[in-house]
Amino acid sequence: MSLAYYPGCTLKTKAKNLEDPAIASMEVLGSRLEEIPRWNCCGAVYSLADDDLIHQVAPVRNLIRVKEQGKNEVVTLCSFCLNTLKRANLLMKEDAEKRGTLNSFMDEEIDYGGEVEVVHLLEVLKDQVGWEALAQKVKLPLRGLRVAPYYGCTLLRPREVAVDDVEKPTILQELLEALGATPVDFPEFAECCGSYQIVSSPDDIPKYAWHILNSALSHGAEALVLTCPLCDYNLGQGQKELMKKHDEFDGVPLFYFTQLLALALGLGPQVCHFELNYGEPELLLREKNLLPRGEAL
Amino acid sequence: MSVKENNKNPAETTVKEKKQLAVKLIPVHIMGKRYEVPEGLTIMKAMEYAGYRFIRGCGCRGGTCGACGTVYRKPGDYKLQVALACQKTVEPDMYVAQIPFFPANRAEYKFTELTSAPEEVFRLYPELFRCVACNACTKACPQGIEVMDAISALKQGNITEAARLSFDCIQCGLCTSRCLGELAQYHMFQLARRIYGARILSRAEHLAEMVKAVEEGEYEEALEKLKGMNEEELKRAYQEREVEPVSAGEDWKPKDKRYL
Amino acid sequence: MSATISSKRLGSEFVRKVKEISGQNLHLCYQCGLCSGNCPMVSSMDLPPRQVIELARLGLEEEITSSRTVWTCASCLACTVNCPRGFDLSKIMEAIRLLTLRKNVDHLRPEDISPQERCALPQLAMVGGLRKFSG
Repeated sequence: MSLAYYPGCTLKTKAKNLEDPAIASMEVLGSRLEEIPRWNCCGAVYSLADDDLIHQVAPVRNLIRVKEQGKNEVVTLCSFCLNTLKRANLLMKEDAEKRGTLNSFMDEEIDYGGEVEVVHLLEVLKDQVGWEALAQKVKLPLRGLRVAPYYGCTLLRPREVAVDDVEKPTILQELLEALGATPVDFPEFAECCGSYQIVSSPDDIPKYAWHILNSALSHGAEALVLTCPLCDYNLGQGQKELMKKHDEFDGVPLFYFTQLLALALGLGPQVCHFELNYGEPELLLREKNLLPRGEAL
Repeated sequence: MSVKENNKNPAETTVKEKKQLAVKLIPVHIMGKRYEVPEGLTIMKAMEYAGYRFIRGCGCRGGTCGACGTVYRKPGDYKLQVALACQKTVEPDMYVAQIPFFPANRAEYKFTELTSAPEEVFRLYPELFRCVACNACTKACPQGIEVMDAISALKQGNITEAARLSFDCIQCGLCTSRCLGELAQYHMFQLARRIYGARILSRAEHLAEMVKAVEEGEYEEALEKLKGMNEEELKRAYQEREVEPVSAGEDWKPKDKRYL
Repeated sequence: MSATISSKRLGSEFVRKVKEISGQNLHLCYQCGLCSGNCPMVSSMDLPPRQVIELARLGLEEEITSSRTVWTCASCLACTVNCPRGFDLSKIMEAIRLLTLRKNVDHLRPEDISPQERCALPQLAMVGGLRKFSG
C-alpha cells in the first residue's frame, strides 16, 4: 500500500533521524510513504488571525498536491506540519467564504474543498497497522527501556486537531508498549518547550527545557520520545546549556518515535541516524543491549 | 499589421506599401504618458522611438541578459503582465513601465569559503524563510521558471533542485519585485547554482585523467613533431590524418593506438 | 499599575481591531486566571496573560504594546484548551502582534538572528519565528 506523505522542510536536513527510520519502518509494515510532488513549506505556525488568509495559502497548496495525486489522505511525521495542514484543512472544509477566496487567489491551481484528510504517522500505526500487529513484527523488543512520552503542543492542541485526548493522551504510551519499552508518565508531557521563541529569546529556552527534562528524570525516565524537530532542538540545545550550569545533570537522550520503531523492528542503527540525536542515545541503548557493543554508527 | 503582411518578403513590398507601414502607429502608455509608436516594435524600441535613451535597463537586446525587466497591463485586464522590453512587441493601449533594477538584498560572501551545505543559503539569506508560497514570483517570471518551487527546494535544503529549476534565470529581478516576503529569489538562485556547479556537480573523471596525462608529458613527443613541420608538411599531415568513417561501428579503432 | 479608563478608550480603534482580527468576544473572559496559571512562558512575561485580556478590552493600548508579553507567547495554546469560557487567548496575542507588524515595525528581523543560529536552527523554527515576529 502506498500512503501520500508530506515530509516538511526540517526532515530533509536536521531531522533525517525522524524521516529515514519512518520510511524504512513503514516498508517493513507493508506501506510505502510516497512523498507528494512539488510540496512547499507548510508555514510551520498556523496563522491565528481571522483576516490573514495569505498565510493559509502555503498549507492549502500542499493539500492540493495531495488531491492532484488522487489521494484522500496525507501522512505527516512532524507535529508542526500536522497541526498547520490539519487546521488549514478544517478552515477549507468549514468556511465557505474563505474557501472561495483562497481558491480564487490560487487561480493557477485546481479548486480545493477539504477532500483530503491529514493524519499523523502515529495515527496510521494505531488505526491502520494496529498495536497488536505491530507488536508481532517487533524483532528487538525494547525491554527495560524507560521512556517518557513527550507530546509537546502541536500534536494535542487545539482540541479540534488533536491526535488523541488533550488531557490524557496515550498514543505514544501505546506505541512504546507495542515496542516492548516501558512508558514513564510525567506531568509535563504537553508543556511547551518554548517553540519559536528560540529565535527571539534563546536565553529563556533552557529554563523551559529544565522544567520538562527534570520532571521526566525525576519520574524515573531514562530517555524522552518526541515527534517534533523543534522540541528536539529546544530540549537538546537547552540541555547542553543546562549541563554547563548543573554539575549533577548529565543530560538525557532524546529519541524520535520513529527511531524506536525502526530499532524494535530490527532495522538496525544505520537507518536511525543516532549521530543527529541529543543526549548520547547510543550509550543508553548499548547499556540496555539494544545496540551491539562497540558498533560504529 | 496582419499576419499576411508580417510574412511578406520585405523585398516584395512596394514603395507605397512601405510608406503605409511606416505610418501605422498604435497608442501605448509609457511610464504613464501616451505615445503613438509604430506597431511591431519591441517595447524597448518603442520607448526609444518615443524619445527614451537607455543608459541602464538595456543590455544584450537578445533576451538573455535580464537588464530590461518590464511590467505592463492591458486595458480591461486587472492582471499585471511581465516581459523583457527587448523581446515583447507593443500592443495597442498597453501600459508599460520598466523595472530595470530592483534594490534587492544581495549577500556578500567569499565563494572560496563556501561549502555545499544547505546552511550556506540559510546563513546568507535568512529571509528565505519568510516565503508564504503565494506564487506571485512564478507568475512574474518572464522565463517561465517555477520560482516558488525553487524557493521551496532551498528551504528544504535541496540546492541541486534549486539550481536545476532556476537554470534559465536571467537575473531580471521581476520575481523579487512582486515578493510578499521580500525575498531576493534571483540572488539566492545564483548562489545555489554557484554552489551546485563548484561543490556538488561531480567532476568529470576523464577530464582530470587527460589533464594529468598532458601534464606528465604524454603528448610532448607528438607536439614537438608537429612544431617541427613546415606549412606544407602540416597541411599534408592534416589531409592524411585518419578520420573515423561516418559508417564506423561501435568497435571502430584507429590504426595508431598510441593515445587510446 | 495605574491607568486611566475612559469611554474613548473603551470604544477605540484598537479594541475594535483586536476584536476583528482575533474574532474573539473580549467580554467572555471572567478573569479567572487559568490562562496565566497554565502558561509555560509566564515566568518570562512582564504582564501575565490574564491581564492582557483585561487591558485589551479597556483599550489600554500603550500598556500592552510596551509590554513584552505578546512577544513571549509561544502560541502553545495551553490557555486556549484550558479556558472555561471557550475564549481563545492565543488569537488575542496574535492580533496584538499583528497590529504592530502591520505598521511595518518588525519585532525581529532576519538579520537580527546570528549567522550561527541561522545554520543551527531547524528550518521550522526560522519559518515560525519570522512569521510571528516580522511583518
